[in-house]
Amino acid sequence: MLQDGLRGALNQSALEPAGPQAAKVTHLWWFALAIATTVYLLTMGALWWAAHRARQRELRGEAAVGPEAEQGMTRGVTYSIAATIVILLIFLVTDLSVGRTLSPVPSKHPLTIELTGHQWWWEVTYADTSPHGRFTTANEIHVPVGEPVLFVLQAQDVIHSFWVPNLAGKKDLIPGYTQSMWFQADTAGLYRGQCAEFCGLQHAKMALHVVAESKADYQRWVDQQRGTAAIPTDSAARRGREIFLTGTCAMCHSIEGTSAGSHAGPDLTHLASRRTIAAGTLPNTRGALGGWVVDPQRIKPGVRMPPNMLKPQDLDALLTYLQSLK
Amino acid sequence: MRRLSTVRAVSFAVASFLFATSVAGCRREERRFRESPPSATPTTVRVSALQPGTMQDTTHARNPYENNAYAQSEGQRLFGWYNCAGCHANGGGGMGPPLMDDQWIYGSSPENIYTTIIQGRPNGMPSFAGKIPTTQVWQLVTYVRSLSAQNSTGARSSRTDHMMMYPGSSSLQDPEKPKNSFRPPASEMP
Repeated sequence: MLQDGLRGALNQSALEPAGPQAAKVTHLWWFALAIATTVYLLTMGALWWAAHRARQRELRGEAAVGPEAEQGMTRGVTYSIAATIVILLIFLVTDLSVGRTLSPVPSKHPLTIELTGHQWWWEVTYADTSPHGRFTTANEIHVPVGEPVLFVLQAQDVIHSFWVPNLAGKKDLIPGYTQSMWFQADTAGLYRGQCAEFCGLQHAKMALHVVAESKADYQRWVDQQRGTAAIPTDSAARRGREIFLTGTCAMCHSIEGTSAGSHAGPDLTHLASRRTIAAGTLPNTRGALGGWVVDPQRIKPGVRMPPNMLKPQDLDALLTYLQSLK
Repeated sequence: MRRLSTVRAVSFAVASFLFATSVAGCRREERRFRESPPSATPTTVRVSALQPGTMQDTTHARNPYENNAYAQSEGQRLFGWYNCAGCHANGGGGMGPPLMDDQWIYGSSPENIYTTIIQGRPNGMPSFAGKIPTTQVWQLVTYVRSLSAQNSTGARSSRTDHMMMYPGSSSLQDPEKPKNSFRPPASEMP
């Protein structure tokens, strides 16, 4: 009940850990809450007791301050300072030990994902020893269950922060500086993450999804993502492809297997296989895609994508093509 | 009594000055994300007042973003995105002519630069018609003119990591007077 109330978005909660990293963070959180609650209750109780005793004394007509009161005061202050130092030391030690157990990657050759933050979307590149094994997608990360995944974090323009609360804590993406982190998903599922460092106008609409799935499902997804976009066979999709390559789209987006190779905007090679568009803002449906292509500034004001003037039949053909990019 | 009225006059003058500057500042900082509808902007750009035959209508597209800081910044970003820097470097010139001097082969007015981008020019400048939306072309025009300090110095694009004359400037030269560059002999002009 309490957790349902605290949950901001579906599949996004730091209190429902799905991996060892998040579990440690959650334990730390509950531990801090317990200590803080105890200290709060003790302080409030002592305050009430002091006020009550003073009132009783006043009613009895006794003098408020005497030599023994001075001594009691010194004792009380000493005890509370000692308690504060002890509690802060406990916090420090727990925090450091959690940090130490979490920082090293528990695998020699972990799956490595290069994550680049852009205003306002995530570029996701799966690293591989061979160039044919590398592939790029956007705003959706698939990971195999029960395996540590190493993230190499970079930013293109301003500081962003990568945060999937169910799986791990936050880590900043800083321009010109490479950072890394890792997490492991133990439970299969869909987890929502978002940018946790204010990065401009559409910071709030800069989300991503992590799909944790079985090893077999993950491998199937990787094989499909590594492929290039096929030349469509039906005439509408062919016309859409022509519009994409000769118009404004190809100036910023890339589709593997075509001449469109610009990397200013998200890679669209397998756009139709993703769950959302515009960094988790809209579901990936034909209608949402159409609205986004024609007037993205209405949905995310200030976004880098310009409005596109397309004739209705051209838009229809373009959408058919984009939806064929499985 | 006399002193009081002087104080009042001075404070009124200060208040009206602040109001006037803030109103002017609003326009400079105005962010127009959504030009609606984008097709409404006329695309005919006239670079000369002369017209063959009878005088047609005199309306034509002008740069809606001249002296707008946001448009200048967007233009700066697009200058990189559309690879203008590939030939013009960051204004210093390379394969293409430099943009931060006062030598303009095809004219330096916003209308001239607009047609240069849209139509392309001989010996290398490609045509971007149908490739860049009209609003973005005007943003690029605003930025390109700021490289040679032709628009108001009150509006500046964001700091770049490239060549800079002084911190916070996108221009290499004194904003008041463009640097005189070597003028090639007429025979070498394309």
